Amino acid sequence: MHIVVCIKQVPDSAQIRVHPVTNTIMRQGVPSIVNPYDLFSLEEALRLRDELGGTVTVLTMGPPTASESLRKCLTYGSDRAVLLTDRFFAGSDTLATSFALAQAIRKIGETFGAPDIVFAGKQTIDGDTAQVGPGVAKRLDLLQLTYIQKIVACDPEARTLTVERRAEGGTQTLVTRLPCLVTMLEGVNQVRRGSIHDALRAARAEIVTWSAKDAGIEDVTKCGLRGSPTVVKRVFAPAPRSEKAAAVPVSGKAAADADALIDAILARQPSLEADLTHLAAGI
Amino acid sequence: MSDKPAAPAPAAGSRASMKKELPEHFKAYKHVWVLVEQERGQVHPVSWELLGEGRKLADQLGVELAGVVMGAAGTGTLEAAAEAFAYGADLVYLVEHETLRDYRNEPYSKAMTDLVNAHKPEILLLGATTLGRDLAGSVATTLLTGLTADCTELAVDADKSLAATRPTFGGSLLCTIYTLNFRPQMATVRPRVMKMPERQEGRTGRVVPFAPDLSEADIVTKLLSFLPDRTSTKNNLAYADVVVAGGLGLQSAENFQLVRRLAATLGAEFGGSRPLVQKGWIPSDRQIGQTGKTIRPKLYIAAGISGAIQHRVGVDGADMIVAINTDPNAPIMDFAHVAIVTDAVRFLPALTDAVARRFSPHTRDRIAG
Ligand SMILES: Cc1cc2nc3c(=O)[nH]c(=O)nc-3n(C[C@H](O)[C@H](O)[C@H](O)COP(=O)(O)OP(=O)(O)OC[C@H]3O[C@@H](n4cnc5c(N)ncnc54)[C@H](O)[C@@H]3O)c2cc1C
Ligand SMILES: Nc1ncnc2c1ncn2[C@@H]1O[C@H](COP(=O)(O)O)[C@@H](O)[C@H]1O
Repeated sequence: MHIVVCIKQVPDSAQIRVHPVTNTIMRQGVPSIVNPYDLFSLEEALRLRDELGGTVTVLTMGPPTASESLRKCLTYGSDRAVLLTDRFFAGSDTLATSFALAQAIRKIGETFGAPDIVFAGKQTIDGDTAQVGPGVAKRLDLLQLTYIQKIVACDPEARTLTVERRAEGGTQTLVTRLPCLVTMLEGVNQVRRGSIHDALRAARAEIVTWSAKDAGIEDVTKCGLRGSPTVVKRVFAPAPRSEKAAAVPVSGKAAADADALIDAILARQPSLEADLTHLAAGI
Repeated sequence: MSDKPAAPAPAAGSRASMKKELPEHFKAYKHVWVLVEQERGQVHPVSWELLGEGRKLADQLGVELAGVVMGAAGTGTLEAAAEAFAYGADLVYLVEHETLRDYRNEPYSKAMTDLVNAHKPEILLLGATTLGRDLAGSVATTLLTGLTADCTELAVDADKSLAATRPTFGGSLLCTIYTLNFRPQMATVRPRVMKMPERQEGRTGRVVPFAPDLSEADIVTKLLSFLPDRTSTKNNLAYADVVVAGGLGLQSAENFQLVRRLAATLGAEFGGSRPLVQKGWIPSDRQIGQTGKTIRPKLYIAAGISGAIQHRVGVDGADMIVAINTDPNAPIMDFAHVAIVTDAVRFLPALTDAVARRFSPHTRDRIAG
């Protein structure tokens, strides 16, 4: 089995701050992490490799510093890491990103053997679109299985994969053929810590680094800003409401304050009285 | 959109330069479409919310609003079409085929792509559900057009392009995205972000059948079984009229029970901010906000929640937002309607009592007993 896992290095957005005046993201000092959703897919890939044999290749498109996240994935036990990096990729939207990643996966196939499964995360925490996985699948003409909660069976001989998929209103059990692209649901496993051996190997490992040209991308107009049909026109902070919240004066006696709060709510929205009476009576 | 660096709003000059003339072959693309997401006879309510929003866009553009209904014949497709008219559609493309009985990416994305190529919409809206997201990504990539995910606001600008606004960078900011030179302009919107339109009894429209070129023999992925969720285990948070939520200000899982008690007394649903899910105080389907549920209740009470933007985008549609917070300068004060600056841990039991006293004496008996 050859399994490719697409991961993205993202700013740890729990620590992002926005500059109050310029409305720009203050990235300085914000640590980078592997997109948390990608780790569920990575763990599933490693598990399949351990059971069925083969190799796991992690792939990212990003700036040279994204090699740190690839190295992290090597410490978890991935066998090989590929970094796709080029100034032509700057400003890519999801369509341009899926183009570049698909090309890189083709090249990975030519260089290291055709992948049987490509994994992507459910979504990223910075882009947050859940589009890149399906985009890569479509461009590589791979069957697509998203929101997978469980890989039930993988049979490399028969070339089949059976999964449980979280659908609207229920769980589908689907069987499909390899090769395919899978995105795992969050919380379905926990990424392993990796062995000392993996950590040592990761520290020394060479990260395969490709430019657009190395990855066989001839038409760079399909990459980056130029290859992106969407255009971000405006970035702005949400406006406060025209008036601040009406503050209910506090007496210090909780019971009286509670009544004052209910009075203030009903004064503003008298129709709530009937709604609350109905609801509270369990009607 | 995903990787764009967040830059300050561009200067007016650069704005015009981004607009090129729409290529000739896209000029025939007209009308607004909404996917009416129908499975097993059930239409996802987000479809009606989108028809409400699509109606506004279509009226502004002076074009028609179409619903797209897909499924196997006799599985509620005609009922879905009739409902689509009641919620504002002028016409419905009815795409019936046995392979569309259950959602699978291959037949659905082929049918939708073929329909778009045949009838050429300028705008295509889908719900940001598991189905809608799975389908939208494939369709947009096949058509090589732009797709903006999880929009919180849709508008038509002066030159009639779709302005799609969504949170960016973990929701700290909002950005407005255009698909300038490609058609259709695609967007997904999460359930409850848009308002449910009034249902207009007796309103009808045209049904336009579309026969997709599909055959089960060509479809690789097979459905082995479907296990429906037990509805009893699913909460009604997204559609509740009254919601009480707690945040880190409650300080402990035990204190969160105060939120549950107030919710029970009000006959309301309860929820919380994301850190409470991360701490394991509440299950993830109770999270409210950008990466949780969007709610539109008549009354939302937030206790010990600071009102970070990721939380705010999930509750902005509430008719009345009430904040209970010790900090008079918490961000939530910028969007709450009524606030009380006090310790929620002390205050919530008093509020629960007052609610019981005023709205339901019986409930108080039940609590006491
Ligand atoms: C990518 C991303 C996605 C996110 N998605 C979501 C999401 O979907 N939903 C969400 O909620 N968050 C989300 N967040 C997290 C969000 O940024 C905030 O960190 C979170 O909402 C804060 O939770 P909080 O208000 O409970 O806690 P805090 O921000 O710590 O606020 C606690 C509040 O309680 C008040 N307080 C303290 N003591 C008391 C007391 N005794 N009585 C009353 N008030 C008191 C404080 O004044 C403060 O305002 C997301 C973050 C990221 C980066
Ligand atoms: N630059 C990238 N490099 C590698 N994989 C990516 C990149 N961007 C997105 N992905 C993959 O696509 C998934 C969905 O991303 P998104 O569409 O941004 O939510 C992620 O979880 C990753 O697996």
